[in-house]
Amino acid sequence: MSEARAEILNRIALALDGVPSAVASMPGAERPQEVPRAYRADSEVATGSAQALEILVDRLVDYRAVVHRAASECDIAGVVAEVLSDAGSLVYPDGLDPAWLSKLPASVVTHEDSLTAPLGVMELDAIDAVLTACRVAVADTGTIILDGQPDQGRRAITLVPDTHVCVVYAQQVVHLLPQAITQLALHPTRPQTWIAGPSATSDIELNRVEGVHGPRNLHVIIVGG
Amino acid sequence: MSTFLGIPGLRKTQPAHDPNILPGTAPIPDEPLRWGQDFPHAAREALKNEQMRRNLGHATATIRAKRAQVVGEAPDWEDLRDTGSQLKINTLAALPALLEQFETNFTARGGTVHWARDAQEANEIVTALIKATGETEVVKVKSMATQEIGLNEYLAEHDIAAYETDLAELIVQLGEDMPSHILVPAIHRNRAEIKDIFLRRMEHTPEGMTDAPRELAMAAREHLRKKFLAAKVAISGANFAAADTGTLTVVESEGNGRMCLTLPETLITVMGIEKIIPSFTDLEVFMQLLPRSSTGERMNPYTSLWTGVTPGDGPQNVHIVLVDAGRTKALADDVGRAALKCIRCSACLNVCPVYERVGGHAYGSVYPGPIGAILTPQLTGSTGHSDPNNSLPFASSLCGACFDACPVKIDIPSLLVHLRARVVDEDKAAHRPTGWGAAMSAASYVMADSKRFALAEKGTGALRALAGKKGYVAKLPFPANGWTQSRDLPAPPKETFRQWWDRTHPQDSDPATQNNGDNNE
Ligand code: SF4
Repeated sequence: MSEARAEILNRIALALDGVPSAVASMPGAERPQEVPRAYRADSEVATGSAQALEILVDRLVDYRAVVHRAASECDIAGVVAEVLSDAGSLVYPDGLDPAWLSKLPASVVTHEDSLTAPLGVMELDAIDAVLTACRVAVADTGTIILDGQPDQGRRAITLVPDTHVCVVYAQQVVHLLPQAITQLALHPTRPQTWIAGPSATSDIELNRVEGVHGPRNLHVIIVGG
Repeated sequence: MSTFLGIPGLRKTQPAHDPNILPGTAPIPDEPLRWGQDFPHAAREALKNEQMRRNLGHATATIRAKRAQVVGEAPDWEDLRDTGSQLKINTLAALPALLEQFETNFTARGGTVHWARDAQEANEIVTALIKATGETEVVKVKSMATQEIGLNEYLAEHDIAAYETDLAELIVQLGEDMPSHILVPAIHRNRAEIKDIFLRRMEHTPEGMTDAPRELAMAAREHLRKKFLAAKVAISGANFAAADTGTLTVVESEGNGRMCLTLPETLITVMGIEKIIPSFTDLEVFMQLLPRSSTGERMNPYTSLWTGVTPGDGPQNVHIVLVDAGRTKALADDVGRAALKCIRCSACLNVCPVYERVGGHAYGSVYPGPIGAILTPQLTGSTGHSDPNNSLPFASSLCGACFDACPVKIDIPSLLVHLRARVVDEDKAAHRPTGWGAAMSAASYVMADSKRFALAEKGTGALRALAGKKGYVAKLPFPANGWTQSRDLPAPPKETFRQWWDRTHPQDSDPATQNNGDNNE
């Protein structure tokens, strides 16, 4: 195996050795040089601003996610209760703010999941919905990003139940992807899931059909702003 | 021309009239990068399939419109392309160091890195890893690398069943077909055909299933759900691998990727060595370029990132197989190196007028379309004059649409011209009279004299006879056969210009001497 490694690295070294002159003679010669970075890394649209939220909502609705607003922190529990009133069961990660669950009707059976006491896949499959927080959201692309911290939980819990309810604080909404990457790069090795709308496929005649294997319903609760 | 054909041995030769095989199905070949006939013959066959052409025309028109819209929304699109292109160039120039850096980081987080010199070695590594788990079934996320190495067929020979979970890949697998597009492998199928395939090949389909895309997608969900929940081993490709962190990325839409990357105990990723990117933060460039270019979305529904093992979350037995399989050969070549920049978005396929008409199967490779025409012969190398892959660089009208669409600015038309010149040069070096050379010396002799030219024009009547009812000449006699090897010659019109002029201008016998026409007014 290490034999293959040595041989591949050697082949690459040989390949790179011979080429530059040939590359230089090519039309539009392409040579290694400093990477130009003129794309938008920052934005005049302020993080968490009304404009940023408006763009995010526009994208989410376009992806057929359902958007709800909570005026402030103390309104979250009320909106959560409303969104989940029909759910028979709910799973939540152990690091979630317990106040968010405080107004759920008694009919919703809740299950806590954690790294140390994880639910089995079959158990998750029998649960209707999942409630989590998120790390950051990108307005421009309508993307909500989870990085597996205790208020977001293991990747499996946001995947198997059919409905995902995600709480996004206004201050977490950046305009552009590079702004989000700056935050994610602080902890790049955390497992990440980027979500833009519910699961979808365009494999049949390139028509978008929502809801294949991932959660078929995505509810986003935007707090503040 | 039979010498040029060189049809490679096919693993399964489908009986011509098997009612279970839909028209337009490509049998599973021995060589995923070299199958079927050479391009001109395969294209002529494909053009007879009107259903496929309609399916493709509809699908590519839809995706082109979506792409144009979301690309138009990004005011810094050209800047992103410039960055993406240069990042890829730099990556390839620094590949050994980046691969080693990736290996160190991925290993430090509990992952295992394997290296495979060729397809055979990659298949052996994956098979051994699966056998070590004791499992006989695996779920798969769509992956070009595993298509390229023929992994599913290899696993089948070793009693391991691999289930494709991407909807289009599932359609292709159930249909015992080959992919015809990088991103949407079943793009050549319409809803009615897909329903047909599901009804024939899926164990349980819902009662009264129609061909509505939603119902078909739900049937696939039901079919695969149990497999996902029970799977112990998954196999994936990767879109990007960040060297500075050891982070792998899979970009998808349906959630089948997340299922495979999250639920099983063992995860084996197969990736070409060129998929490395220098830094985690470079994802801010590629994750803007890729979704807009491939599905015409601002962002694809799901992207998963993982770095080795996360204790308690996801697979705990994590491997990556870094595959060469011709890439270092391509890297040593100026054209090949440019082709290795490709991030497999498939935009060049969707905008290509040739691809749109002949479809993916005509290219005889799992990499079809404009990029396939370059990448395929670069990865396989030429086996000589009769190698069907030698005809691929001619599978283009050089209109330039692919270059404009390419998010990493691969100048596909220039590269194709370069490769064409090589094929011609190879023939010259072997002292094979080239059709091009013969045609040019004949043309200069004829065109140098107006009487000879008039005579030659009359001779085109013979070509009409050659063309017959088909309306095209598929095979010219030697030495002009080189011309028709890669294109059909339309039958000449009934009347030449000179004949038409003589008929309609009886008073002026020679048009070449008439300067008093209406071009002055
Ligand atoms: S060559 Fe460019 S346009 Fe074509 S698939 Fe590759 S990256 Fe996309």
